[in-house]
Amino acid sequence: MTGTGKSCRSEFSAALLHAMEQDPRIMVVASDSRGSAALTDVFAALPNQCVEVGIAEQDAVGIAAGLAQTGKRVFVCGPASFYSARCLEQVKVDVAYADSDVKVVGISGGVSYGALGSTHHSLHDIAVMRTFPGLGVYLPCDRAQTAAITRMLAELRGPAYMRIGRDPVPDIYDDDHGITFTSGRACLLEEGRDCTIVAAGEMVHPAREASRLLRARGIRPRLVDAWSIKPLDQDMLVRSAAETGFVFTVEEHSIYGGLGGAVAEVLASRCPVPMRLLGFPDEWLPAGTSHELCRHYGLDAEGIARAVSGALTERPGQGSPGSRETP
Amino acid sequence: MCAETQVLTFPGECTSIHAAGRSPVRGDQMVSAADLEATARGVRKRLVRMIYEAQGGHIGGSLSCVDLLVSLYFGVMRYDPSNPGMSGRDRFILSKGHSVEALYCVLARAGYFPEERLSEYGSFGTMLHGHPTMKVPGVEIPSGSLGHGLSVGVGMALAAARDRARYRVYVLMGDGELAEGSIWEAAMAGAKFGLEGLVAIIDSNNLQITGSTDAVMKPKDLAGSWRSLGWVVQSVDGHDCEAITRTLRGLPLAHGCPTMIIANTVKGRGVSFMENQAVWHHRKMSAEEYEAALRQLESAQGGRPS
Repeated sequence: MTGTGKSCRSEFSAALLHAMEQDPRIMVVASDSRGSAALTDVFAALPNQCVEVGIAEQDAVGIAAGLAQTGKRVFVCGPASFYSARCLEQVKVDVAYADSDVKVVGISGGVSYGALGSTHHSLHDIAVMRTFPGLGVYLPCDRAQTAAITRMLAELRGPAYMRIGRDPVPDIYDDDHGITFTSGRACLLEEGRDCTIVAAGEMVHPAREASRLLRARGIRPRLVDAWSIKPLDQDMLVRSAAETGFVFTVEEHSIYGGLGGAVAEVLASRCPVPMRLLGFPDEWLPAGTSHELCRHYGLDAEGIARAVSGALTERPGQGSPGSRETP
Repeated sequence: MCAETQVLTFPGECTSIHAAGRSPVRGDQMVSAADLEATARGVRKRLVRMIYEAQGGHIGGSLSCVDLLVSLYFGVMRYDPSNPGMSGRDRFILSKGHSVEALYCVLARAGYFPEERLSEYGSFGTMLHGHPTMKVPGVEIPSGSLGHGLSVGVGMALAAARDRARYRVYVLMGDGELAEGSIWEAAMAGAKFGLEGLVAIIDSNNLQITGSTDAVMKPKDLAGSWRSLGWVVQSVDGHDCEAITRTLRGLPLAHGCPTMIIANTVKGRGVSFMENQAVWHHRKMSAEEYEAALRQLESAQGGRPS
């Protein structure tokens, strides 16, 4: 990994600290997760805006909602695996249904925790979070985007879920503190006419590398960063599907109900085209680091490129008739 | 106590809340026990009618907590029904959200919305869902899934403590609800943060849908469980409005910790054939049962049905 040495979570905490200094209503709730969420400095700097509840995610989210209902603007932070499952009902009822101004920040999402195993993976979080009305779902892909989305969430009233990864990742966007993103607006990273690759979160980087490999082989994909999974940029997806005729989704998530599902739901009714959903299959994962796991399941640059070129050549009218089934 | 307690402790003004001219205080306008009991009787009649007309509702638990709600809303709490979001208001959370019919009747009577709207209960599209929602003026948080309310109350009381605001947060739970583990997470947090403004009340009627709470699941030592976690605990007759009001107005019982009021109650209180019968958790009334229930509530004297 050609990381810069700084992780998205440390970028998140720096942006959050800045926002908290500007707006004393912003509070952060942690559940023995200060280290995981890189919040140690925030707790030291602004103790009166920080709340430690111990290893109790349900309590953390309920307390966050209670604080928010008095006018606080609350970030509750901890491992994505736990915040998207253990306290899911509190997220549903106390945060989303109550329209509480709470941002649930899932740290070390997907298979970030790699070798720690499936208890610590969150390959279901997008699927469950995006079914709650009113709850935004965001997956930044690098440091600059993490900081920018954190700034956006600090301004945006209402409930949201943001998932970020654990380890340093390569930059996609310029590390410019002025960069902004608008909820519901995807980012077109590379133009292309042969197919569309839609990626989110830490899969954007391998998707971009895959795009380079494909270009060298004469295939020009369009690359879309769908960091705002809810609300989803439906118009850009429909336009891309119509203009390129084949859509691939790449996500660090189960192939059920995540980014691929969200894109398919839109295209099925507005612009049905062949699709392939690249993600983790419906099985418990073997032991391995996050990179080993991604490589094993074809979620590295070479695996994505292979899936794309294979599907395109198998497409009806493009050689041997291919299956339209998703992998 | 932890260092945080010092930051959070109330400045010893709690018993004088109602004398300090902190208007508007609905509670101060109706303080006689007779008034509270008459109100409770009216609420019972209204909720029985509401549930009968809707052909469904959690009648046993609603009847069980009427006197607690009436005492809170007409004898204790500070709020302004014409401004439900008033910043310094006391907060009430019905953690046992299935007793929603009692809450709706009390909120309507308190002036949050017209009492005629109670007739909408059970109809399509009404704001009066079968469990509390934020659409209803006066509801602070949705509830219905048990075990959520105390954490939310901790959050609200913690905000008050950090901001040095004086409002109180009241959380009403069922005794059957205590089997939810999340409550004990919140119990630890309330004590850790020294939330003197947090008042939890258990509607302890010893029944739940399956039967006796003793048989289903209950802490072996209810009061001791809370004491051991750092709460100050007081028991009260949950149908004695005068005792409830006096107890709640006398808080805090100790500084630097949250309060637990164990209210001893009777499920189905006020309707003889429903009292202490688990089947009346949410059983539908026949026309005859409805008439009999109303007759009993009409003839009850001073909120003390025979």
